[in-house]
Amino acid sequence: MTSILISALSQGMLWAIMAIGIHITYRILNISDLTSESAFALGGAVVATAIVLGIDPILATVLATISGGLAGFVTGFLHTKLHIPSLLAGILSMTGLYSVNLRIMGKANIPLNMSDTILTKLSDLLGMARDRDAAILLGVIVAVIVIVLLIWFFNTEFGFSIVATGSNDQMIRANGVNSDLTIMAGLMLSNALIALSGALVSQYNGYADVGQGIGAIVVGLASVIIGEVIFKNKNFFITLVGIVFGSIIYRLIVALVINLDFISANDMRLFTAIIVAIAISLTTFKKPRKVKSHD
Amino acid sequence: MIEIKNIAKTFHKGTINENRVINDLSLRIEDGDFVTVIGGNGAGKSTLLNLLAGSLEVDEGHIYIGEKEVTKMKENKRAKYIARVFQDPQSGTCKDLTIAENMSIAQRRGKVRSLKKGIYREEKAVYKEKLKELNLGLENRLEAKVGLLSGGQRQAVTLLMATLVKPELLLLDEHTAALDPKTAKTVLDLTNKIVKENRLTTIMITHNLKDAIAMGNRLIMMNHGRIVYDVRGEAKQKLEVKDLLRLYDQEDAGLSDVMLFG
Ligand SMILES: Nc1ncnc2c1ncn2[C@@H]1O[C@H](COP(=O)(O)OP(=O)(O)OP(=O)(O)O)[C@@H](O)[C@H]1O
Ligand SMILES: [Mg+2]
Repeated sequence: MTSILISALSQGMLWAIMAIGIHITYRILNISDLTSESAFALGGAVVATAIVLGIDPILATVLATISGGLAGFVTGFLHTKLHIPSLLAGILSMTGLYSVNLRIMGKANIPLNMSDTILTKLSDLLGMARDRDAAILLGVIVAVIVIVLLIWFFNTEFGFSIVATGSNDQMIRANGVNSDLTIMAGLMLSNALIALSGALVSQYNGYADVGQGIGAIVVGLASVIIGEVIFKNKNFFITLVGIVFGSIIYRLIVALVINLDFISANDMRLFTAIIVAIAISLTTFKKPRKVKSHD
Repeated sequence: MIEIKNIAKTFHKGTINENRVINDLSLRIEDGDFVTVIGGNGAGKSTLLNLLAGSLEVDEGHIYIGEKEVTKMKENKRAKYIARVFQDPQSGTCKDLTIAENMSIAQRRGKVRSLKKGIYREEKAVYKEKLKELNLGLENRLEAKVGLLSGGQRQAVTLLMATLVKPELLLLDEHTAALDPKTAKTVLDLTNKIVKENRLTTIMITHNLKDAIAMGNRLIMMNHGRIVYDVRGEAKQKLEVKDLLRLYDQEDAGLSDVMLFG
């Protein structure tokens, strides 16, 4: 039982970064960005390839994060410069990235269990017996850094502009801000975090798989919604902490449900999809941003 | 001075829905002029303001603000010179940010947004003073999300925001149309006050003929994307609502002629 708990805790912490990325596009920018699915796998692909090439795992994780930012840039470019509706722009990126990920990895799966990862480094450093314990610590460290940086960022002039773009792009343009730029920045930030999460999860799992991002958005949304349900406060800090808790709770639910006899691991995606559908229809969920019309 | 030279705008050009909305329109507005704009639905009033603000691009013609040609300038760049209040009270503010944060965004209109703090304590003190002048009790709700305000309150805040940094041109598009009569009057009084105090060059669209006569120093009427009537100074002061109604009728008659022969 404790091992289930620890596993849920460590998985939840590492996936929470992805959920925070989803929150930035879905809640702050009001865009349903499907790039996320492939950005998560991209993070894993880049980190695993880099580690196998002998690059330091910390640097490899940074590279993975940057690669996610680039993926967000591509989607932002398609949307703001080529005027492709955001949903479709995300689908195009997601589809294209699948091939890119395969190119980067050279095969569909790269095992990491023979290599040094951030987790083995951390557990060696602290003399921990199992890498899993290090995962929780690592998750906490990364989550704290990410949350602190995001709170700082969203309280800057530029951060305000991104928030305003999400709820009223007409207003922010009338106040002299290039909304293409703020949308682009939001998409890059979101996908950078999602790739970071993908990179951490790959190192935790001991492999990178080209399919590891499938369903990520729904998992991220589930975490965001659970967080909102338990922490009704609108304060940004509480919201972010709520997402982390949401992500952990989601993992606990998954662990419990999988233990039921009549449900197999294969049913999990259907289960999650149903949960999210019910939760979204029950909560007063904001409508996603309207697709810009361009005459 | 604002100068519009022979601008034209057609929507859905080259399709069956082709719609010539602004038609070889020229207009020169002196500094400090307060122009009210009237005209029937679809006359092209909002389109004219959108062209001025850069939310839409002109097909032909030129637009100058002072000496500067802004015809091709992007909307967000033009915002340095132009402030707007829209008809929809939701449009001018961001509901997810606080009153103070919204004002801080307006305070930086036309400036590059950096990674500096979005709002400083000293600013809040200034905003509080400005809000006090509205007499709506908003000075105590600096940290309230704008989404919690009523339409009238939001419109008053938007007006205040539009003038935090003095614009070369203030554009008001039926900015009281969505408000109840009493709130509309409050916001109009506020408009008069702010425009006078700051000597703002202003264009205000309204369907209220009384307001169109009572406010500002110049009145223009639009029909089919043209300016069909332009009156200022004393002649404008002497106008009565029935004079304007007669004008609407004449234009309607003109319209039916066009339909007959067009
Ligand atoms: N973005 C747009 N795309 C296509 N057609 C438009 C667009 N904006 C305005 N139009 C059309 O241009 C015409 C003039 O519209 P406009 O909004 O300028 O009228 P208005 O004088 O402001 O009318 P109202 O008094 O009803 O606000 C209308 O026929 C309208 O349908
Ligand atoms: Mg209009």
